[in-house]
Amino acid sequence: MADFSVKIGSLTLANPVIAASGCFGYGVEYADVVDLSLLGGVAVKGLFLAEREGHPPERIVETPAGMLNAIGLQGIGVHRFIREKLPELRERRATVIVNICGSTLDEYVELARVLSEADGVAALELNISCPNIKEGGITFGCSLTGTFDVVNAVRKVTWLPVIPKLTPNVTDVASFARASEDAGADAVSLVNTFLGMAIDVETRRPKLSNIVGGLSGPAIRPIAVRMVYECRRSVKIPVIGMGGIASAGDALEFMIAGAAAVQVGTANFVDPFIWTKLLDGIRDYVHRHGIARVSDLTGTIDTTAREKEWISS
Amino acid sequence: MPVDIEARVISNTRLSHDYNVIALAAPEIAEMAAPGQFVMVKLGRGSTPLLRRPFSIFEILRTDGPLAGLSLLSKRIGVTTQMLFDAVEGDVVSCLGPLGRPFSAAAPPTEAWMVAGGVGLAPFASLTEALRARNSSVTLFYGARSARDLFYLDWFRSRGVRMVLATEDGTLGDHGRITMPLERELHAAVTGCLPPSREDPVAGGLQASGPDIMIYACGPEPMLEAVAHLAARYGRPSEVSVERVMGCGLGGCYSCVIPVRNGAKGHHYVRSCLAGPVFAGAEIVWD
Repeated sequence: MADFSVKIGSLTLANPVIAASGCFGYGVEYADVVDLSLLGGVAVKGLFLAEREGHPPERIVETPAGMLNAIGLQGIGVHRFIREKLPELRERRATVIVNICGSTLDEYVELARVLSEADGVAALELNISCPNIKEGGITFGCSLTGTFDVVNAVRKVTWLPVIPKLTPNVTDVASFARASEDAGADAVSLVNTFLGMAIDVETRRPKLSNIVGGLSGPAIRPIAVRMVYECRRSVKIPVIGMGGIASAGDALEFMIAGAAAVQVGTANFVDPFIWTKLLDGIRDYVHRHGIARVSDLTGTIDTTAREKEWISS
Repeated sequence: MPVDIEARVISNTRLSHDYNVIALAAPEIAEMAAPGQFVMVKLGRGSTPLLRRPFSIFEILRTDGPLAGLSLLSKRIGVTTQMLFDAVEGDVVSCLGPLGRPFSAAAPPTEAWMVAGGVGLAPFASLTEALRARNSSVTLFYGARSARDLFYLDWFRSRGVRMVLATEDGTLGDHGRITMPLERELHAAVTGCLPPSREDPVAGGLQASGPDIMIYACGPEPMLEAVAHLAARYGRPSEVSVERVMGCGLGGCYSCVIPVRNGAKGHHYVRSCLAGPVFAGAEIVWD
């Protein structure tokens, strides 16, 4: 039996498959259909200090092999999360990664403080990459000094693993991974969604109330794999990869490109029972390839010149 | 607890050039389903379309023995509904459900008035069965563009449902929208057959009189809004089944939200997949 555990800084996950933030509610919504303790981790929906209403509908639109969303980070705020959701997550033995968003640097710091004192939080994912809100978040994630400053400030107030979630809407995502590493991040996760838009040509109106939204799903996968590959070559800290993973093969592709763990988002909307299929598929692969530890797969991409293979038919 | 069933198509009946009823072998879902609940449907394994689509459960299909499955009433408007229209016996439809909050079935002496607009007829077959099992008196107000867009009339009549029809082109029933006969009958029930007038029943103090009536509605949102307002004006409770763009059906994506009343703050967005799709008409903040 292969070792499925992976290490993200000081945190050890039971396996490399994590439910992606923004695609899994607060986890408890799925407790009826998924044994949350079987997941490597549950990244809960992005939280601010206060409750937020989010954008008016329409909030999503399907696009070729993907979807655009502009939810606007509707959420219950960190205090209600700790009171109302965290106890159940704890009871169900979920490994909880809390995704936090701030309008200001101080808000990130305060969120990190509050969550460090809460019982049952395994790690903090810093949302500096949501493309759908005007204030905060992505303004940090699109500036190297902003990224450094947020990670550095949060690092100082928490013992929890700190994982900035990076936006792909920059020229060179690897430099943001480096800025995160320099500031003391334990890992980076990428990619958040790609900024996009869709228009109804009959009415000439945008299909989302927010006009623009974030693209996710299989459509973005090759770009996300490339970005994970670039980051892996630039930093020593673990990279958590995501972007359109819908099968075990997709998850393995990210790991071979350099991901220590993966997150799955949009595919969970299509198939909430996907988790055991992903884990079984990865298990089957490591067995077939005689791999002792899943973590040995990370970054094993072979870019040497290919030898001609004689395949007898 | 919802289940995901690879359901075989038992039959696919085309009702017109764009409406069909597709019967699916998903007895596990049918077993658990309550009227007003829905399923998330996906045809094919590819990425087009990527996401599932929500459908109200139309009929619970019973044979002499165990449950055979369920049917969906569909109108061809997009990719998935086109695939549902084209599906043939033996095809497989991925069916996740049952999901959402169901209607609360009225019991005698409360009368049940169901208001359907177009494909909004969908939840009322199973609701009718539940209401008739309780011996409730059931009326169906059913409106569409034209007589050729009204379906299953005999199905409802054979179950003792009183039918009130309306068509926008006047080819069957009242000429106009379905809220017209609804208002006329509400007025008559509440005021004791006085002819409709501009007089406000609230001002007239008439709300408390007449029979207990529970109003159910499913159809275009402006119709739901009109029905909710009529129900409130005549002092009767209403439940409406809304349809919002839905990504997952399980509360994960936060796309299907609808504004509901929330004290001093005015309104609050709730997920129609979890808190709905059935809401009290008075609960929703209509635009």
